[in-house]
Amino acid sequence: MENAGNGNKKLRSWDDLKKLRAGEMAKNGEKRTVLLVGMATCGVAAGARDVSEALAAEIKKQGLKNIDITATGCYGFCYAEPMVEVRVPGKNAVRYGHVDKDLAGEIVRRHLMRGEVLDKYVLTQEVTRP
Amino acid sequence: MSDNYGQVRIALRNCGVIDPEKIGDYIAQGGYDALAKAIFEMTPAEIIDTVKKSGLRGRGGAGFPTGLKWELSGKSEGDEKYVMCNADEGDPGAFMDRSILEGDPHSVLEAMVICGRAIGARQGIIYIRAEYPLAVKRLQKAIGEAEELGLLGDDILGSGFDFGIRLYLGAGAFVCGEETSLMNSVQGGRGEPRIKPPFPAQAGLWKKPTNINNVETYANVCRIILNGWEWFRQFGTEKSPGTKVFALAGKVNNVGLVEVPMGMPLRHIIEVIGGGIQNGRKLKAVQTGGPSGGCIPEEHMDTPVDYESLVALGSIMGSGGMIVLDEDDCMVNIAQFYLKFTAEESCGKCTPCRIGNRRLLEILEKITTGGGAEKDMIDLDELGNIVRDCSLCGLGQSSPNPVLSTLKYFRDEYLVHVNDKRCPSKRCTALLRYFIMPEKCIGCTVCARNCPVSCISGERKKTHVIDQARCIKCNTCYEKCPVNAITKE
Repeated sequence: MENAGNGNKKLRSWDDLKKLRAGEMAKNGEKRTVLLVGMATCGVAAGARDVSEALAAEIKKQGLKNIDITATGCYGFCYAEPMVEVRVPGKNAVRYGHVDKDLAGEIVRRHLMRGEVLDKYVLTQEVTRP
Repeated sequence: MSDNYGQVRIALRNCGVIDPEKIGDYIAQGGYDALAKAIFEMTPAEIIDTVKKSGLRGRGGAGFPTGLKWELSGKSEGDEKYVMCNADEGDPGAFMDRSILEGDPHSVLEAMVICGRAIGARQGIIYIRAEYPLAVKRLQKAIGEAEELGLLGDDILGSGFDFGIRLYLGAGAFVCGEETSLMNSVQGGRGEPRIKPPFPAQAGLWKKPTNINNVETYANVCRIILNGWEWFRQFGTEKSPGTKVFALAGKVNNVGLVEVPMGMPLRHIIEVIGGGIQNGRKLKAVQTGGPSGGCIPEEHMDTPVDYESLVALGSIMGSGGMIVLDEDDCMVNIAQFYLKFTAEESCGKCTPCRIGNRRLLEILEKITTGGGAEKDMIDLDELGNIVRDCSLCGLGQSSPNPVLSTLKYFRDEYLVHVNDKRCPSKRCTALLRYFIMPEKCIGCTVCARNCPVSCISGERKKTHVIDQARCIKCNTCYEKCPVNAITKE
């Protein structure tokens, strides 16, 4: 239960829930870069597991720190899977489509290390959330 | 560059945004606040009233008002009631529910607990197909995490309210998407429907009052509770408020999931959000609602998408499958494809569906193999209407839709099949004949060497010939010929 934030403790009230939320939001507010990999059936079928492993391998190889690789669901662009969304604190989230192992390496080397957006592979830049 | 093109994400709000296997991610997005609000600030009657006023209608296809369903289950007498979620998504080409369960399982769990609170139930069951292993895994993980935090199980959030959810894996029968069949299946019986009434709200699972909704319906509930019914009504139309998720598939450029406000014209969904038709081909029709729906021709593409408009066109909203067809698709062939599916999936309990669909399919097979006559079209229409009017459950009541709608809108195509024994879209293989064009053939022998039945003869560097009597129309020569010397007509 490391994911839940507060161990095995059951929430006993609405306030407990609010406190847990505040903790989770503070965690998200930390200055960490997040790579979101689409891991619904559509993504997995298109090879998202390989992409996720390639990202992790390249990050390790380059010795980068404070980068999380997270699985997520389907954003709806099934035709463009595997997808990787790069969230760098203070920057627009960038979503790449048709990512393969090679492109995964490039995303780490160019986008994460040099701040260069790989325009050719960008699906969307600003994420709208209602 | 914008990524929505008029889309509004309510049911899909967290899909592709959070990690579905971390309850903390869901909670950070405001998760389980709707449940807390429903438990601590609202009475069951107020919850039902909010859902009623929101105008939310069943997203599984029929469009029954959700609030009314909750009210009926709430009013039914009984200390034991059930909340069920229908995740038996069986339409070919539809994957909305799978994506919601894989991308945001907690939104469905939370809404089921709210429903339990509203109608006075303490047990929830999700009926999900075993063919969705990833969705099952994520749901199990989500249930486990919610239980550990006391958001499911006994004494939720210290309120004294108990509610547990378990999964039931369906074996993949299409008819089990029908609610009474689904309940029979959970009880260990055959997946067969029964006559309604009594409706599940009065006597459902184990003859107890049961509220059953579709995955996407539940996925809308938490936002309605949190933001209020007025907020929800700002989207969509007067009679069909809110949004609908569609699985866009077929000959469209951007295959995927879209969530649009009700009332958006079909053309906008296909041409703007879907990015138009592949390879610059022309749009011919859109098939909505899967095997229970119909084909809507190009001239009706400006129809707004809502429950009533689609029914008026002879199709249905259905669970949200939307298959785009272009000029290379044969409408008779499409009707045959869907009917083959429903004829195989018919449970066999009632005669109109069991035998009627089989006869409909036989007539279609006759037409697509060159044995049809104009009389067959009259028979299709008459029999289709009988099956629709006399079948016991929704499967048979809707299975003739693909046939009836294509007969109505694409009559000419049927006529070419029955009169000229020809398929204009070159899809009905039995009606095709393959020829080698002498002026193009270079005598390379590739076709002859690849033909699986060795029916192509000819010497090297000389024109080859196909023996029509032995040709099985497998299309191999057409694909292999290096100079495109093979033609089919």
